[in-house]
Amino acid sequence: MTAITDVLHLLITANLWQATLAAAVLLLLPALGGVISERSGVVNIAMEGMMLTGAFFGVTADLAWHNVWLATAVAMLAGGLMALIHAVVSIRFRADQIVSGIAINIFAAGITVFLVNRIYGLQDVGHVGQSELLPNLNIPGLEQIPFFGKVLFQQNVVVYVALIVLVLTHLVLFRTRLGLRIRAVGERPQAADTAGINVFMLRYGAVITSGLLSGLSGAFLAIGVSNTFVPNMTDGRGYIALAAMIFGKWTPFGAFVACLIFGLGEAVYANNSTIHISPYLLSMLPYLLTLIVLAGLVGRSTPPAADGLPYVPGSE
Amino acid sequence: MSDPAPLAVDMRGITKQFPGVLANDRVDFSVRHGEIHALVGENGAGKSTLMNELYGLVHPDSGEIVVDGKTAHIGGPRDAIALGIGMVHQHFMLIPVFSVGENIMLGREPVTGPDFYDRTRARVAINELTKRYGLALNPDARMDDLPVGLQQRAEIVKVLYRGANILILDEPTGVLTPQETKELFVVLRDLVKSGKTIIFISHKLKEVLDISDRITVMRRGRVVGHLITRDTNEEEIATLMVGREVLLRVDKKPATPGAVMMQVEDLTASSDHGVPALKGVSFDLRAGEILGIAGVEGNGQSELMEVLAGTRRATGGRVLLGGRDITTMDANTERDAGVAFIPEDRRGTGLVLAFSIAENTILGRERAPTFSWRHFVLRLVAIRDWARRLVKEFDVRTPSIDVAARNLSGGNQQKVIVAREMGSQPKVLLAAQPTRGVDIGAIEFIHRQIVKERDLGAAVLLVSAELDEVRSLSDRIAVMYEGRIVSIEPPDTPEERLGLLMTGGGVRAGAA
Repeated sequence: MTAITDVLHLLITANLWQATLAAAVLLLLPALGGVISERSGVVNIAMEGMMLTGAFFGVTADLAWHNVWLATAVAMLAGGLMALIHAVVSIRFRADQIVSGIAINIFAAGITVFLVNRIYGLQDVGHVGQSELLPNLNIPGLEQIPFFGKVLFQQNVVVYVALIVLVLTHLVLFRTRLGLRIRAVGERPQAADTAGINVFMLRYGAVITSGLLSGLSGAFLAIGVSNTFVPNMTDGRGYIALAAMIFGKWTPFGAFVACLIFGLGEAVYANNSTIHISPYLLSMLPYLLTLIVLAGLVGRSTPPAADGLPYVPGSE
Repeated sequence: MSDPAPLAVDMRGITKQFPGVLANDRVDFSVRHGEIHALVGENGAGKSTLMNELYGLVHPDSGEIVVDGKTAHIGGPRDAIALGIGMVHQHFMLIPVFSVGENIMLGREPVTGPDFYDRTRARVAINELTKRYGLALNPDARMDDLPVGLQQRAEIVKVLYRGANILILDEPTGVLTPQETKELFVVLRDLVKSGKTIIFISHKLKEVLDISDRITVMRRGRVVGHLITRDTNEEEIATLMVGREVLLRVDKKPATPGAVMMQVEDLTASSDHGVPALKGVSFDLRAGEILGIAGVEGNGQSELMEVLAGTRRATGGRVLLGGRDITTMDANTERDAGVAFIPEDRRGTGLVLAFSIAENTILGRERAPTFSWRHFVLRLVAIRDWARRLVKEFDVRTPSIDVAARNLSGGNQQKVIVAREMGSQPKVLLAAQPTRGVDIGAIEFIHRQIVKERDLGAAVLLVSAELDEVRSLSDRIAVMYEGRIVSIEPPDTPEERLGLLMTGGGVRAGAA
């Protein structure tokens, strides 16, 4: 009985929800990237690798230049470059996109460990100073609102950026000409091509955007939430983001809801020592929910029709 | 049209080499303003390549394209569209989950503000177009909610919206019902009256004769004939297309039906989406007859064939084979009981494309003692002998029986399936779309084989989307509509009546 009251107590603390939102944003950025990429018809399971690369280069750049904004840009660029590899392999060379994604994830795990050893030797990577981390930003006035102020307006700067990106992604995908074209390319590239739309350019753009967003998430992880790089520090978040994208039925807000659920699980675990839920059980949750969604138990979740299919001009 | 109009399109000496195929070999093709020009030829004759070159999807190796008197460099569809060329593709270039309006606007969307799609202006533009050409369409409907005829109409409006004066229609009637085809022809004639030029690609000779002013015939990458429609006939065109005389009518004796071979009683089944597809189908199939099923695709024909072949489960009713209940039998047991099945999806269901011809000829019969020892070790010599015999008997054009099925042409792939299924001397032959996408020459051959099987005493059930095929092969015609057989008609029933029945009209109250 006490366990249940403990949970209820926990659920009304602003701290928990503040942590939930932050954890959700770590997942949201790559999830949005996945939505954009897959809406254009390129399956992207490489968010994990792109995040990890972003995290590593973010820390390295920050340690070298002591400028967090520059470091964040470097992290995004690194994620974008990994995405570019995925794009070239799957769009230009029409390779299997799952295989390419797996390869990038393995490559990212390997190259970051290699570089850590190469650059820092057997010592620690080193810690980024407090003043060189992505800062928290309290919104004046709004932060005073009871409960919600703490949850929504006393957050890291990246959280605000992510929420703006969320709204923008939704608007662009479903309200603009660009979005209409991206979705057309992901549903039936032949139709888009014959209408004079550049299929390849849109797909490259979408995949690279997913890399930039994943790289940003990597930066948030390494030089925001944490202050150093540890090998494999993303710890499967890219995959959970993938699960969130599917759970959210390839829509930005759907993915956001999924990220909040998964983020809550993480926050409950991190924020509480009195409730004894096995962390292994909690970390299983996203995948379990995804399987339930994929099995069609919560309505159908249909990917874009041309998702994962390379486009060959002139084909039917 | 005694005074020849100026040329809208003039393609001169077009050559295009694909790996292994010379798709276009010094092709000359010209179309006059305001005419309906038919481009005919068998699959692989190079028609689509030629039109893809005109539309910029494929680039010719050599030759010149002149549009409206000016040499044109068409690098892509964008250039073609700018020249006033529009194409309605055989496989519609539509996005099923988009609205009609979004589909039509795609690539030329009206925008407001920074980049917002302007739904209101799109609607106004479409309504204006549909009014001008008399093509009623609801811009807000979702594309996949529309029947095929209206989807095609949306394709035409899409092309007109881009300001096309020259319209290329690639096999436009392949997916249409007879009524829809008639409506399309009315639309095409109206378009010509309002100054458009139309290139009509087809292999349906009747339609070509009906709609076109002039005809260009292609065979194996070359132009083999320029004809004026009113001075030619089906036989002449078919001979040019195939390169030899072809028998267009099926030559068969009247049927001599024997005992009832298969009884279907009140059969019900669901589609892949779980909705009822068969709503109580009953008929008798006799030995020595061909029962044809006419109907617009998607009215339960596919599901019926699958249930009878044992690859789909019935939800109710019975199927008897010579008095024995086979309703719940799986495909293997049915095969052993004497049911052969030519499935409609040749590449997906009929063959294992990566397997050799020899391996494909024993699919489903690999457990027979002739082909395997104790169902376990394949008798390779016997299999190869068998495959060689079938290849010879059924005229499969292939360098050897070891060639992968993937590398055969559609017609030859189909012949492999027909050979395998008929080679087992079945009691009942289920033939679903046996000649879909197959050349005239191969069609003629497959038709003869089906009739031969009937004459040998097999009961044949034929499903075809081609009304002509059903009419010329069948001894009786069952018309299917929305999961029911609405009527069984004699083979000489006029096309108009069948067409009416196929779309749910013309049934006497209380029938079926």
